[in-house]
Amino acid sequence: MSKNISTVKKMWIGLGVLALFSPIGIILPDKFKAGSAWGEWSPEEIEKMLGYVPQGLKKLGELWNAPFPDYDFKGWESMGISMQSLGYIASAVIGIAVIAGITMLLGKVGLKD
Amino acid sequence: MHIPDGYLSPQTYVPFYAFIVPYLAIASNKVKKTLRSRHVPLLALGAAFSFVIMMFNVPIPGGTTGHAVGGVIVAILLGPWAASIAVSIALIVQALLFGDGGITAIGANCFNMGVVIPFAGYYIYKLIAGASEITSPRRWVAGAIAGYLGINIAAVLAGIEFGIQPLIAIAPDGHPLYAPYPLSVAVPAMAGEHLMLFGFVEALVTALVIKYLQKADNELLTIYGGAK
Repeated sequence: MSKNISTVKKMWIGLGVLALFSPIGIILPDKFKAGSAWGEWSPEEIEKMLGYVPQGLKKLGELWNAPFPDYDFKGWESMGISMQSLGYIASAVIGIAVIAGITMLLGKVGLKD
Repeated sequence: MHIPDGYLSPQTYVPFYAFIVPYLAIASNKVKKTLRSRHVPLLALGAAFSFVIMMFNVPIPGGTTGHAVGGVIVAILLGPWAASIAVSIALIVQALLFGDGGITAIGANCFNMGVVIPFAGYYIYKLIAGASEITSPRRWVAGAIAGYLGINIAAVLAGIEFGIQPLIAIAPDGHPLYAPYPLSVAVPAMAGEHLMLFGFVEALVTALVIKYLQKADNELLTIYGGAK
């Protein structure tokens, strides 16, 4: 059991390293001139592709304003890839903390010893 | 594979919500029977891992991007029901905080990535790994194949969900109201890119974690029915 605990600790450290290297996930697509994921285009991109934006898509697409859109701080998207990388790492850290926190809480409340 | 708001008609996203809410309640009950509180840190790690691995967008040069989900390895370690919960928590946080995947599409996205990937992946892994030794290479090979197939099955389903939209809702001017491409475009696009590249990323992630645990601490591979 104590071995399990130390392995899980090591894997948490590994996850932290992954978070630090997460900007690879925006730098590589930038280098290889790859665009959005299929079916995840912004209304502007759709307009370019089709010449129009589907009405329902436009309306529903405005439903939610996420606090960290595209894993970045609001307004940082025009600041170049190095600043975006910082926003990306910060988003990874925030996401890990929130997700691990929720899961720990639900698990501690719901699961027996 | 994170379907944004606006791509699915209400006729599509409402039924997915109606499915996923009771599904997650059932999954919670199943997890209560199979896991103990000492497994909670590993479950939290699995959810956080799935979140971070989805940030590693891999490019098709000049084309689209995609990523692994991590749902297969979490299912192999903790079981498909627990993986459903872990991946769904990651997806809900992605939608709410980071705008990755729509609010209306949470049901569909949790179905594709949080139900289909863990269940398909887990049972393919079990089928191929069979009764092999926990340290056997057959285990990580099984994980790789399960990862590849699991994410591809989910990609085809997401393609179908996109592709049926023009059949469901057309504006008076004749343009589709939601996701604009028909099945004949959406399914080959989603399947093609995952068969060609992103499936291999899920395979690699799954196999690497299994190989690491076989060396470091193979007991963790036996938590959910892995021990034979």
